[in-house]
Order: sequence, then C-alpha cells, then structure tokens
Amino acid sequence: MLAVQVLINALLLGCLYGCIAIGFSLVWGVLNVINLIHGSFIVLGAYLAWAAYQWLSIPPWFALAIAAPLFFGLGYLLQQLVLNRVITAPVLVTLTLTFGLDLILNNVMIYYFKADYRKLTLSPPMGSVSILDVVVPVDRLLATASALALTGLLYLLLRRSRIGRAIVAVRLDRDAAVLMGVDVKSIYAIAFGLGAALAGCAGVLMSLIFPISPLTSATFLGKSFVVCVLGGLGSVSGALAGGLLLAFVEGFGSTLFGPSHAITLSFGLLIIFLIVRPQGLLGRKGFE
Amino acid sequence: MTRSNLALLVLIACVAALPLFAGPYALRLGTIACMYAVLALSWNVVGGFAGYPSFATAAFFGFGAYATGVLLNDGVALTLSVVAALISSFALAALLGTVLLRLRGHYFAIASLSLVEVLREFVNNATDLTGGGMGLNIPLTSGSGILADASFFFFAMWGLLLATALVVIAVSSSKLGFGLACIRQNETASNMVGLNATLYKSIAFGLSACFVSAAGGIYAAWVHYIDPSDVFDILYSVKPIVMALMGGLGSPFGVVCGALLYLGLEEVVWRNYIQIHSGVLGVLIVILLLFLPHGLTSLRTSMFWRKAKHV
Repeated sequence: MLAVQVLINALLLGCLYGCIAIGFSLVWGVLNVINLIHGSFIVLGAYLAWAAYQWLSIPPWFALAIAAPLFFGLGYLLQQLVLNRVITAPVLVTLTLTFGLDLILNNVMIYYFKADYRKLTLSPPMGSVSILDVVVPVDRLLATASALALTGLLYLLLRRSRIGRAIVAVRLDRDAAVLMGVDVKSIYAIAFGLGAALAGCAGVLMSLIFPISPLTSATFLGKSFVVCVLGGLGSVSGALAGGLLLAFVEGFGSTLFGPSHAITLSFGLLIIFLIVRPQGLLGRKGFE
Repeated sequence: MTRSNLALLVLIACVAALPLFAGPYALRLGTIACMYAVLALSWNVVGGFAGYPSFATAAFFGFGAYATGVLLNDGVALTLSVVAALISSFALAALLGTVLLRLRGHYFAIASLSLVEVLREFVNNATDLTGGGMGLNIPLTSGSGILADASFFFFAMWGLLLATALVVIAVSSSKLGFGLACIRQNETASNMVGLNATLYKSIAFGLSACFVSAAGGIYAAWVHYIDPSDVFDILYSVKPIVMALMGGLGSPFGVVCGALLYLGLEEVVWRNYIQIHSGVLGVLIVILLLFLPHGLTSLRTSMFWRKAKHV
C-alpha cells in the first residue's frame, strides 16, 4: 500500500515539477539562454498568491489570473530592455547576466518579505480524500489539475496560434524564420514573457503546497535543471516526462534511502543523463 | 615572458609588502585578496584559456576545505593536509574532466553547477566524517597571538597565489596553453590536426581545481569553522567569473587586477550596505556585462592608446 501511496504522490508532484520546468525549457529552447531568474520568478509568484490571500483574501485560483499577465509583462520588458542586448553573446555572458538579475530580484524579495518561511494556509482547509488507504489532499489535487491545465494551454498556444507557430519556427531555425518574415526580437520577448508567466503561475500553485522563502528559489531552479535535462529540451511532453521521472526518483529514493539522499540522487541522475543521453527522454529539435 | 606576465609578478610582489605597514584588518583583507586572486586565476585556466564556462569552482573550494578540515582533525600537519587536498583534487578534477568536458556550452555549465550541488549534499549526508549540516570545527594550528596568526595565514595564501601565478604563466607560454587556445577557437579542428583535446582539457580542469582546493584548505584552517552552505556557496563559482570578466578574459594580469578591484568594491558594499550587498553585486554584474563586455582592459586600450591602424 505504501508503494501505491508513493506512486500517487509522485504522480501529483511530477505534474507540478513539469509545470515548474516548462517555462525554463521554453526559454532555453527558443532563446538559447539558461534563465537563472526562473527560480526567483517562481518564488515571487508564490509571494503574490500569499499576499493576495492574506491581505485581499483573493483565493489562489484567481491569483493565477492576476499573476499570468503581470509576469508576462515583467518578462517581456526584461527581455526587451536587458537580455536582448546580449542575446547573441556566448553562454558564459548570458548565464552570468541572468545570475546577476537573479541576485537583484532575490535581494529585493529578502528585503521586503524577509527570509522567514511562509505558507499559504487556506481557511477553512480543504481536507483530503482517501480511497482504499491512499490519502490525497484536495488542495494538492487541485494544484496538480491546474498545472496540467496550464501545460495544456501552452501546448495549444504553441500548436494552434500564429504566435505559437512563430515561436516554434524560431526555435527550429532562426535564420529561416527571419527570412519568412518573423520578427525574431519580438518573438524572443514573447517567449521570455511566456516563460516568466508560467513561472509566476507555477509559483502560485507552489504556495499551496510548499513553504516559501526567497531562499527556496535555488531549489526550484535546481528542479527545473534536472527536469529539463531528464525530459529533454524541446517539447511540452518532454518537460512533463522529466517532471514525472524526477518525482518518481525522489519519491522512491527517499522511501528507500531516506529523504536526505533525494537531492544527491536526482543530481547524480542529472549528471548521468548529461553524459549518456544529453537529449533527454523525449528530446528533439523542434518545440512542438 | 611577456610584459603583462611580468607586471603580474611585480603586482604580487607588491602585495607581499602589506604586513610591513598594516594592522590585522588590512591583513585579513590581503588574505581574502590573495584567495580571490587564486580563484580567479584558476578559473581563468579553464574558462579563459580553454573557453569552457565552468561553474565548478565552489565544488573544489568546498572539497579542499573539507579534505583539509578532516585531515587537520585527524592530527595531520597543516602543510601536509593542504598538499594532500591539492593533489587529490587535481586527480578528482582530471578524472571528472575526462567525462564532463565532453559536454559543451549550456550542458557543461549545468553539469558543473550540479557538481557543486552533488558534493554539497554528499558532505551534508556524510555526518560521521564531516559533521553534516552542523559544520566542522577545526583545531587552532598555532596560538601565538592575533597578529602573528593573521600574518601566518596571509603569507600562506600569498605563497599559494605566487605558486598559482607561476603555474598559470608557465601554462600560458607552453604547448599546453597553445593547445587550450586552439580548443577555445575550434575544438573540432584542433582534434582533426592531432591535438589530444580530451587530455589537454582534463589537465586544464585539474589545474583549475587544485589551487582552488588548496585555497579552500587554507581558508578552512584560517576561519576554524566550515559548514556546507558556506564553503559550497555557489557565489564562489560566480565571483571568479565576475573578476575575470572585469579584468578581461584570458589575461592573467587582468584577472588578478579584476580580483583586487572586485574585493575593493565588495568590501565597500559590505561595510556600508550589508542588507543589499547581493543586490549590489547583481547590479555590478549587469552593468559590467551590458556596458563593458571585454572588461577594464578593453577600456584602457581603447581610451588611452591610439595605435596607428593599417600601417
């Protein structure tokens, strides 16, 4: 029975991990930038949900609707004003630049929210459902469902809309996309905005499950790395697969070896994947 | 020996004169300056010469600190433990290098970042050996007063800096340095013409790790207490990169100047704006990368030197 419980937990958590990583994967795939601000965006989204609930009693489901446009705007501006200047520079430069931006954002959050851990507690609590000894908290179930819905929305956007097709085209072949009349700079900004919006929404969902503090941003960023490498860059399904794999490894790893070894295990797996199968489980060149 | 390498040695010799006219505070700063210079020079071997964006500096810094700390607790002499840390980290890095350096660009950057996480978690979990999250207390080595202690560790770090600089200069003017430059420019082509790229890269990675590790060891003996979140801090990976970018990638002299300049800025910010110091570092990084992409060296050549072109 324990195994089933661990399995269900991993399934629920895996979808959330996928949601965390998907914006990161989009930015990495399309812009070829490792976006180290991603973790701080997630934490900022979580703080947004927390503040909205605590001060304005807006439930997290509606906070999603506020977070998405807000973070999209933030990401769009950041890309247009700062990152676009160095977008063609080598990895070292873009990576260090986003690290610097992350330091700034994280310091601002520590300054205003302090480093205390906070948790969004719904009142009344939503309780949990139990089927045959397997217990599932309702808030976690809803968060997972929302994560899946967000992922599906991104998939539809990339698949069906004009902008989405343009994003995929830039990812596949930047130069050819330019020749076809795609405005690459604005596509970059839109893709970065989408990545930020997804991070913000993932943060809102995370606030329901995990305690948050500016210091947790590194954890979320680390998870995004691992998920992207495990699942493979380049597809929405890859991010989901990576998220599920990571959740399974962490879940069963901590049951078997104790929770303190879960991180070592996941990063060890990351390094093995990088060496043996750098394209990941489902990696390929196009983004949908 | 080129003019800039000579300038580097002169600069290092000048730093050695610090204890003659300064108190413990300046000695502390001087020790950190030497440490930063060692980290930046070492990073430059793999990041500047070979062009691999390594974020593994913190991993080897922590490794050296813990190796030395554990050995010191077992009663091994300081010199011996630092040398042991140096040799073992060279071997470890060269071994890891043969595997990790097959990755390029983003993937290498992420792998080297993860190396820090893996080692930190490893140390965190090996509670019996390292004390885990509680940290590790390290016995006092001497005990002959504050000033004597301060100057002892200053000269230890300075000696390490001198050794690092000599090795880096030797590398830059040897066949190894030439090979690394070839790898930076076009690895596939250098492989084609018969350069053993894997060997060269592994040696470079080992060299970039061993002095960092020794610096970590001296640091551990100097502060007497280390814990995983302190010595495996990812900032130890990023700061050398910022220093190298400040001074101009690839030139050892520029990199050491960058380290000194960086320390000065950091100290001013720490003293006056402790609450926002990491934000200020972030602003510094952003400004540096957006407006001075080639560091301060490019500033000098373009502003003060006007050479006749196409003569």
